Amino acid sequence: MEGQSVEELLAKAERDEADKLQRITVHKELELEFDLGNLLASDRNPPTGLRRGEPPPEAELRALARDNTQLLINQLWQLPTERVEEALVARLPEPTTRLPREKPVPRPRPLTRWQQFARLKGIRPKKKTNLVWDEVSGQWRRRWGYQRARDDTKEWLIEVPGSADPLEDQFAKRIQAKKERVAKNELNRLRNLARAHKSRLPSSAGMHPTGHQSKQELGRALQVARVSTASVGRFQERLPKEKAPRGSGKKRKFQPLFGDFAAEKKSQLEMLRLMNSKKPQLDVTRAANKQMREEDQEEAAKRRKMSQKGKRKGGRQGPGGRRKGGPPPSQGGKRKGGLGGKMNSGPPGWGGKRKGGQHQGGKKRK
Amino acid sequence: MLIKGGNANSAVTQVLRDVYALKKPYGVLYKKKNITRPFEDQTSLEFFSKKSDCSLFMFGSHNKKRPNNLVIGRMYDYHVLDMIELGIEKFVSLKDIKNSKCPEGTKPMLIFAGNDFDVTEDYRRLKSLLIDFFRGPTVSNIRLAGLEYVLHFTALNGKIYFRSYKLLLKKSGCRTPRIELEEMGPSLDLVLRRTHLASDDLYKLSMKMPKALKPKKKKNISHDTFGTTYGRIHMQKQDLSKLQTRKMKGLKKRPVERITEDLERKSKRIKKN
Repeated sequence: MEGQSVEELLAKAERDEADKLQRITVHKELELEFDLGNLLASDRNPPTGLRRGEPPPEAELRALARDNTQLLINQLWQLPTERVEEALVARLPEPTTRLPREKPVPRPRPLTRWQQFARLKGIRPKKKTNLVWDEVSGQWRRRWGYQRARDDTKEWLIEVPGSADPLEDQFAKRIQAKKERVAKNELNRLRNLARAHKSRLPSSAGMHPTGHQSKQELGRALQVARVSTASVGRFQERLPKEKAPRGSGKKRKFQPLFGDFAAEKKSQLEMLRLMNSKKPQLDVTRAANKQMREEDQEEAAKRRKMSQKGKRKGGRQGPGGRRKGGPPPSQGGKRKGGLGGKMNSGPPGWGGKRKGGQHQGGKKRK
Repeated sequence: MLIKGGNANSAVTQVLRDVYALKKPYGVLYKKKNITRPFEDQTSLEFFSKKSDCSLFMFGSHNKKRPNNLVIGRMYDYHVLDMIELGIEKFVSLKDIKNSKCPEGTKPMLIFAGNDFDVTEDYRRLKSLLIDFFRGPTVSNIRLAGLEYVLHFTALNGKIYFRSYKLLLKKSGCRTPRIELEEMGPSLDLVLRRTHLASDDLYKLSMKMPKALKPKKKKNISHDTFGTTYGRIHMQKQDLSKLQTRKMKGLKKRPVERITEDLERKSKRIKKN
């Protein structure tokens, strides 16, 4: 009666459960292999029902696919889920199939300055305890961080040391020192990073990002800036108190100390011969260049004088005939050996620059 | 990277377009035909991959000797790692099947059926290549209702049947739904032709994982030969006299006994002193 109906109810409930489960269970001989991180399932069962010579019908393929997918879904529904913005989201595990990488493994970074130093000296990291005994509070506190053991930011009294200025704010000094340490640390970290990425910036041209630079570095940067014009710094004027940089000329090259013995012997003998000879030796090209330079300078000086006088006297011609034609009557010595042809080195544009219609004949010696 | 060869016909082009539709935000389909032969000269493929920064590619071509040819491959460090040539025997495209399609960019489920996929090295590489190609981006969480479609690969009689189905979740009475499938996407019947697999050491090099990604070993856990797992727990020092144990009421000391015990202890101490 009632007992029977209770039993019947229970049996019915069980049958219902079985039915429900049957709808989602699939029977397979071999278990599938699941890689849930990739939403992947591999079925190793040989497809017996389909093993014929001909292509399998679509319906059979679909049935196989349905069974496999059901198993995969069953696995996926058993994963831990959470509710994110009204949607049910399952947390996937890491993918287990190993696939080849796209790009090679990144190379190990270069060691930082500290690491290099430590390696050199053989310093190893000391294992530190997590907690330190704090006398003040009488308990074990952590080494750094929240509620640390020796916290000097919380001190309410700082003694002024004997050597310091009595009106100085010691608290502010402490805070400032901390800020400086932090900034220095940050700078070193960035430098290490830059070294690791090999990002040296040549465009900053010797200027330091933080501005703290030594006098020599500034001087070098200045020199580089001066020389980086189109005419390689020839027409750059110097500031009133700026001194010419030392050692910026051509670098002299010396022969090595122990070198070619034959060449050394030869050069020494040549030197002796020159010293013994009575006739003075002359380097033609050097002499010619020197002469040309002297003339250029004289002409430039003259031009400046002319332009000044011209401005003052309002356009009247300057001293007429004295146009540069030939070489000024010159000193002996270095004039030997056919220099005539080279003396016609007056600036060709000189004639054209003269004001007014002055007779351009003059003493033009060819 | 989906490339058309110099003599790609309409079928092959349609296949490439369908695959592009499946992989929509992460693929690039080149419109122009490129006259190259992947198996002879790989430089142009490598150049393309460098320019577009893609390491997976599919190249379609057609000639008398190899009709409806599809070369699927991957690169390591912009050099060709593996290339497998597949011939398309039967093809039903996305637009031929008049069903609703799933939205772009969903992560598909992959199922490989048939024991052929583990037997030969060629098939194993093909499986790994297909996984690499068709799996979407790696995610840590997935919306359960957003699992939309399945790609099913069956290896049978030397052929590979590629089918894609849309998922329909039906009520099943318990939490896990019952699955019904509906044919959606492109379906291909493929046959394996030539392969160009990477040498073992190059493959090993490409599989190398940096130390950070290696799975971390759990400490204090050991297994013995019978399969039992042993664990090691480190405890702080315990005061055993204050240990909380089960209280057996029958064994409780009665007041008379306690007094006698105290007297005994006192007498012992006096004796010692």
